[in-house]
Amino acid sequence: MALIYDFLAQGVQVAIVLMIAPLVLGVTRKVRARLLRRVGPPLLQPYSDLWKLMHKEAVLAHNASWVYRVAPYAMFAATWVAAGLVPTYAHSLVFSWAADLIAIVALLGTARFALALAGLDVGTAFGGIGSSREMLIASLAEPAMLLVAFTVALIAGTTQLSAVAYHMMTSEVGLRVSLGLGLFAFVMIAIAENARIPIDNPATHLELTMVHEAMILEYSGRHLAMVEAAAALKLTLYFSLLICMFIPFGLAPAGAPLPALALGMAAYLGKVLVLAVLLPIGETAVAKMRVFRYPVFIGSAFAAAVLAVFLLFVSQRF
Amino acid sequence: MQLLEFDVAHLLAGGMVVLSLLLLYQDRITATLNVFALQAIVLSLAVAWQAYAQGAMHLMVTAGIALVMKGIVIPTALHRIVRRLNIHREIEQVIGGGPTMLTGLGLIALSIMLVMPVGGSVSALAREDLAFALAVILLGLLMMITRRNAVTQIIGFMSLENGLVLAATGAKGMPLVVEISVAFSILIAFSVFGIFIFRIRERFDTVDLSAMDRFRGERAGQP
Repeated sequence: MALIYDFLAQGVQVAIVLMIAPLVLGVTRKVRARLLRRVGPPLLQPYSDLWKLMHKEAVLAHNASWVYRVAPYAMFAATWVAAGLVPTYAHSLVFSWAADLIAIVALLGTARFALALAGLDVGTAFGGIGSSREMLIASLAEPAMLLVAFTVALIAGTTQLSAVAYHMMTSEVGLRVSLGLGLFAFVMIAIAENARIPIDNPATHLELTMVHEAMILEYSGRHLAMVEAAAALKLTLYFSLLICMFIPFGLAPAGAPLPALALGMAAYLGKVLVLAVLLPIGETAVAKMRVFRYPVFIGSAFAAAVLAVFLLFVSQRF
Repeated sequence: MQLLEFDVAHLLAGGMVVLSLLLLYQDRITATLNVFALQAIVLSLAVAWQAYAQGAMHLMVTAGIALVMKGIVIPTALHRIVRRLNIHREIEQVIGGGPTMLTGLGLIALSIMLVMPVGGSVSALAREDLAFALAVILLGLLMMITRRNAVTQIIGFMSLENGLVLAATGAKGMPLVVEISVAFSILIAFSVFGIFIFRIRERFDTVDLSAMDRFRGERAGQP
């Protein structure tokens, strides 16, 4: 019986990220539109979009191979697994042993690999340029992400997210300049990885600046729905990661009574909402970067992450 | 209490290293000046915290000197100079942005590796301060090497001196006379620099020091 409850708790977490992901996207779009003094699409528009795409015919290019057809599902699956593992409303769930920071980085890397392959598969010029740019961003952002993981792991003593969240929440972490630097680096990486504004514009179809959109230009129907859902999930995943590593207060233990779990859920949803409002505010304040400036942007995230590890190294040895 | 003392000192000294790296990365002159002023303010906070932690009240004087001289007077003067030279909108070509950052990170790692193995006879506070101070000094030197503009080279020199002050206050028993004389020598050096900049400007019509290489005949072949 206890086992059923355990699995149920994990199942709720896996379901909740999938359920709120389009809504999170809708909130960011709405806030951005309001900041630009437009009315903007309704909050639930991403759900309708996905629904519509699921019921449309999927058109394939003549020379598309099986890679092209499988990639959206692989991408969606990898992203969903990663998002379902990150502790959201409770820590120490059944599968928390699998929720390892490095494993999550690897899952996201797999998803990205599938997407880049799909971009190259049809052999169009846009797909190729999108894939090459995506790989450029990834090759810079992934080392930085791993360094952020090391920073957190050095402080908490483990890379397991559940334990990290528990450590950050309960023990006396103290005043740490490293955590600040890590947060800074993480936010920059999240912006780059989610194709948000200084790096990529999620709303554009202008050839010169596309990265993510260029790769999925040929997709339609259910394939496109999968890709879009994966992108929405990825944004939610990064929000959850930020919340879990840096602001985990309100997290309930796994076996807690229902009111405590509900409180944890409310805290999680509230924090996601705050982040979903902050993101477009930041986005409207800056202009899109040139492609050649990406290494500078992500490089500074890398520098901040390296510095975080170095400073930690100094403070660890008393 | 011991832990909090260490944490705050770590935060402030670490903040100085971060700002040093930021100085290395800036390519606008006015932004560089602002970061330098911020570093001086963080330095004065760090020194004031050391004064509190060590119970050495004369260090407060040093903190005050750092705040007034390097946080306010020198940046304001440099802002004026830059404005009068009409280069305040200039974007300086930093030599090899990426490699410079990597070198800077390497220098920080080097200074930490050099200072941390020092035995247990030194307190953790002093050791950590010394490691960061060495990093700031090395980054200041690196900035002087990688910049071509005379004004930003001066800023590199001044941030190097920030590192020296940090190192001096980390060690216990630094007499006040030394502090004050260092502060004045910096001020004198600064005024000499100021005169020099205008002389260079008069002579070569630019403060880009690569112009001087030509006059030494090193790049004779180039136009």
